[in-house]
Amino acid sequence: MPIKILMPALSPTMAEGNLVRWLKSEGDKVKSGDLLAEIETDKATMEVEAVDEGILAKILIPAGTENVKVNEIIALLLEEGEDSATLELVKPVDSPAKNEIVAEKKIEENKHTNIPVQSPVTDKQTQERLFVSPLARRIAIDNQVDLGRLKGSGPHGRIIKSDVEAAIGQNTQANETPSTSYKAANELYPAYEEIKVSNMRKVIAQRLTESKQSVPHFYLNVECEIDELLHLRQKINKSLPESDRISVNDLIIKAISVTLKKVPDANASWVEGGYVRSYKHADISVAVAVEGGLVTPIIRGAELKSILEISKEMKELINKAKAGKLKPQEFQGGTFSLSNLGMYGIKDFSAVINPPQGCILAVGTGEERPIVREGKVEIATLMNCTLSVDHRVVDGAVGAKFLKELKHLIQTPVLMFI
Amino acid sequence: MTLETSTITVREALRDAMAEEMRKDPLVFLMGEEVAEYQGAYKVSQGLLEEFGSKRVIDTPITEHGFAGLGVGAAFAGLKPIVEFMTFNFGMQAIDQIINSAAKTLYMSGGQMGCPIVFRGPNGAAKRVGAQHSQCFASWYAHCPGLKVIAPYDAIDAKGLLKAAIRDPNPIIFLENEMLYGESFRAPVGEDEVIPIGKARIVRSGKDVTITTFSFMVGVALKAAEQLASEGIDVEVIDLRTIRPLDEQTILDSVKKTNRLATLEEGWGFAGIGAEISALVMEEAFDYLDAPVKRIVGVDVPMPYAESLVKLTIPQVDWVVDAIKQVCYRS
Repeated sequence: MPIKILMPALSPTMAEGNLVRWLKSEGDKVKSGDLLAEIETDKATMEVEAVDEGILAKILIPAGTENVKVNEIIALLLEEGEDSATLELVKPVDSPAKNEIVAEKKIEENKHTNIPVQSPVTDKQTQERLFVSPLARRIAIDNQVDLGRLKGSGPHGRIIKSDVEAAIGQNTQANETPSTSYKAANELYPAYEEIKVSNMRKVIAQRLTESKQSVPHFYLNVECEIDELLHLRQKINKSLPESDRISVNDLIIKAISVTLKKVPDANASWVEGGYVRSYKHADISVAVAVEGGLVTPIIRGAELKSILEISKEMKELINKAKAGKLKPQEFQGGTFSLSNLGMYGIKDFSAVINPPQGCILAVGTGEERPIVREGKVEIATLMNCTLSVDHRVVDGAVGAKFLKELKHLIQTPVLMFI
Repeated sequence: MTLETSTITVREALRDAMAEEMRKDPLVFLMGEEVAEYQGAYKVSQGLLEEFGSKRVIDTPITEHGFAGLGVGAAFAGLKPIVEFMTFNFGMQAIDQIINSAAKTLYMSGGQMGCPIVFRGPNGAAKRVGAQHSQCFASWYAHCPGLKVIAPYDAIDAKGLLKAAIRDPNPIIFLENEMLYGESFRAPVGEDEVIPIGKARIVRSGKDVTITTFSFMVGVALKAAEQLASEGIDVEVIDLRTIRPLDEQTILDSVKKTNRLATLEEGWGFAGIGAEISALVMEEAFDYLDAPVKRIVGVDVPMPYAESLVKLTIPQVDWVVDAIKQVCYRS
């Protein structure tokens, strides 16, 4: 029989957690002690270590899945020479049952197709089992009502048809209320409109408020000469078709990722409860303005990718972001953020840290300015970079070291490629 | 011609059914204890001896195992016997003939030999006849492949279904009820009103909750439904009429409409008809249930003799009312 790899409990009280990332892929050989996956709770992130040797035959819970119950089977390991047909014998229902038929079915499907599936009705609001009549559950699924938000009026708090129907009624009403209401002028203000905000804006508001209020920010600033970088970019682009041309931003992503490898202390997060997460790869979140807000799609493992790969991936992510088609795993996570307002002519600015990350780099426009070199005034193209730092994780010296290395790379860009 | 609504008792309806079928088909005959000279222990066979003579209306010795066997043999040989049990409680003696001989022979002979026989008689509890004479056999016989099990409530169904049973080529268990024999119902119109076997009837339509039941308990369910209507609960009452084959479609359609189900029977709950229907609805209409199915059944004890205790043993109108309220989350 295949060896079951179960969702580990990182603490005695942990009931569920997020499967952040798989560090091995299906088909990889696994030795005892190898790191298999990264698990995250609200308290900590930890790697799952392999206990047995074999081949990672089947990943049952895809990366980016949230609220995975402890002891749920997340993957199957086959021992040397074991037949992959035995995989089918393992039923996910061995695990403490997910509380819905639907979810179980999805897992079954997952087993065969390995496509990440999100349960249409989430019970994530409650850790406990949610009691729902079969009829109410079906109506909720059909109408996309989140059962976790409902209060059941049946025995033992069971959610019944009338509860779901009431919720659907409310939703319809809520949708009917205009999202914008016009207010006439009064003594204090001229006439104005009150515009109901999107979910994205709510999330931005909540996360950035939380960041500014709870993260002790400090800021470090450097000026980088980018003439060589621009020259390099020109040279690279000459040899590329127009559609593949790389941007200054792509080069900066690469530069950040290489710098983070040299200064890994800057690639870290503060975790409540007395931990600092030190990330093993540079997953760079790049702020992209979209209609009504911004998102931060991620170039994962940027230090391992070529500048061309980064550029190509970034183009795809930006297109998806503008079309609102990013998958959660494409914008959730990330270890370090980059915000570039250079294209808007902004010389210098400080960005708000994107929690739980430790740093964000704000990049201004590149412009020709006089500089003094060896007693002479010369003209150079300068770009201001401001690093916002979470002082709980990264101290001034570490931040300064990061910027020094980054500046060196940007000014001597050929070093990025060695 | 005036349209008069005539009434008839279930006792008369059953007699008429037998008489009509005996007139139509010379192969049909009646046998049982006291069915001829005494005109039936419950006077169901009144007038039959006079009309059809002692070759077709036969008094038997008091041995159910014996005369049930004679009947099964006659059916194998091509006759169409109606075997009356004074009550189905006594029919327990004959259960080997019914199950092993009547029910299984068509299958065991590879279809070469059938058994067109009707076993009929009162089933279940009457009043104060004690533990050994007050048992419902619906689930016993419905359990076995090869048998059809019918349990009518009113006169039209009693007559129409008994006629269908006599015409059916399979062995049939026809469960009557002593308490209903003397009850008058609207009379069947016309001679040849045959009610198809395997079709339930919605005797009261409603939208809030379904109750399935059969035989004497249909009346109890209707009374409960009336009381519940005054409290704002609209009950749909289904008279199963045939226990096997069960009219699954009617039950499922009703549950899909009301989303709630209670089952009612006077027999014991364990492996009873309600258990079967619960399983059916769970398997076939799970996503339509807004509440767990509630079984209303006889209490799990041998029937007491004292009248006061009988009332505490067989489902009463107020039990049904309470149970339905529970199913509707109103208690």
